[in-house]
Amino acid sequence: MSRLEDALASGRLVLTAELGAVANELDAVARYVEPMAPYLDAINATDNTSAHAHASPLALALALRACGEEPVLQLVCRDRNRLALQSEIVGAALHGIENICCLTGDDVTAGDEPEARRVFDLDSPQLLATARGLSEGRYLSGRPLEPAPHLFLGAVENPGAPPYEQRVARAWKKVRAGARFLQLQLCFEPERLERFVAETVRTGLDERVWLLPSVVIVRSASALRFIDEKVPGISVPAATIERVERATDQQEEAFEIACDLAAHALALPGVAGLHLISFRRDAGIAALCRRLGIPTRKEREASGNRHPVPV
Amino acid sequence: MKPLALVEHAVKGPLFGCRMCGQCVLHSTGLTCPMNCPKQLRNGPCGGVRPDGSCEVKPEMRCVWLKGWERAERLPWTEELHELRPPVDNRLWGTSSWRNWLTKRDKQVPAGWEDRKH
Repeated sequence: MSRLEDALASGRLVLTAELGAVANELDAVARYVEPMAPYLDAINATDNTSAHAHASPLALALALRACGEEPVLQLVCRDRNRLALQSEIVGAALHGIENICCLTGDDVTAGDEPEARRVFDLDSPQLLATARGLSEGRYLSGRPLEPAPHLFLGAVENPGAPPYEQRVARAWKKVRAGARFLQLQLCFEPERLERFVAETVRTGLDERVWLLPSVVIVRSASALRFIDEKVPGISVPAATIERVERATDQQEEAFEIACDLAAHALALPGVAGLHLISFRRDAGIAALCRRLGIPTRKEREASGNRHPVPV
Repeated sequence: MKPLALVEHAVKGPLFGCRMCGQCVLHSTGLTCPMNCPKQLRNGPCGGVRPDGSCEVKPEMRCVWLKGWERAERLPWTEELHELRPPVDNRLWGTSSWRNWLTKRDKQVPAGWEDRKH
């Protein structure tokens, strides 16, 4: 059982984060994760984030492990056909990597090589079902895979994109296909997240899957505007951007907003933890945890911590 | 294309924007062809739908999955929308889905594919 699975199964508060384009040297990976690592249960090894090529997710996952961190291998359907996706999962299993997060992926047009061929040979629910098949000892073709690797499968769902009222139904489809944790897409509208989580509880989905809403820590109004305009599926309310823009200290104001969103998400019944995103190597994630009174991972493991101290 | 496929394309092209994938799922996707989704998702919508309901890739186009959900809700067999549709068999492109339906060729899935309903 992976450390992430163990932490979620124990009911402790779980925190994840992600490693993306920053890394092309092992030292850089170590430096990037060092300030946040004490608080995290696992770190996503991302897969060509926003359709920009970078070190492959398996390479990032191995680098994270070399730093003593627990990786979550992200796989998107945009760049690989079903053979390549399966080989990546089996390759990860060969190295003892069990956490796999299956995504559709941003389109190639979101990236810096929009002329590339998009693949989407599978979609994310199909990739989940394929990965579950691997964990049960068979390739998609039916050919046996022995021994069957233990995999801890997850997915992403977006509470903040239309059709809002159908997002939980789609989450159910992913869970039926094999997802056991859901890292939710960034959502700057607390009421949308609240409705999504309430619907998962109402339909009993929270008993089938662990929910990790995402919160991003940025430093300026322009970063929020960039996310709003350039990142598919995420909208930032104009009022939020204006609030940061008018502040005397933009970085502080943006941090306050992140803390508010994180505290709100953690207070929702049915939420197992948070996925924290910080694009720069800084102490933002650690600062947010300290602000919210979230103990370090080791302290949580020792105390069985469930609820963070209220702000 | 063979004659039957030509006829099918002539009928379903103008009606549904049919792409001739040869394994038609219109029935379970609110009579909206998912192959018009730029990502060709059979189990959409993706997370990139814009706030106004338009497509991440083609902003001028309404998300085909939004259309599908809305139409499916008016159909007596709404529930089929929530079924997990298997991966596309890429050998069937350009063939007639009518023939593939009659011969049950379109129901063939990879041997390792398993759809759990719960």
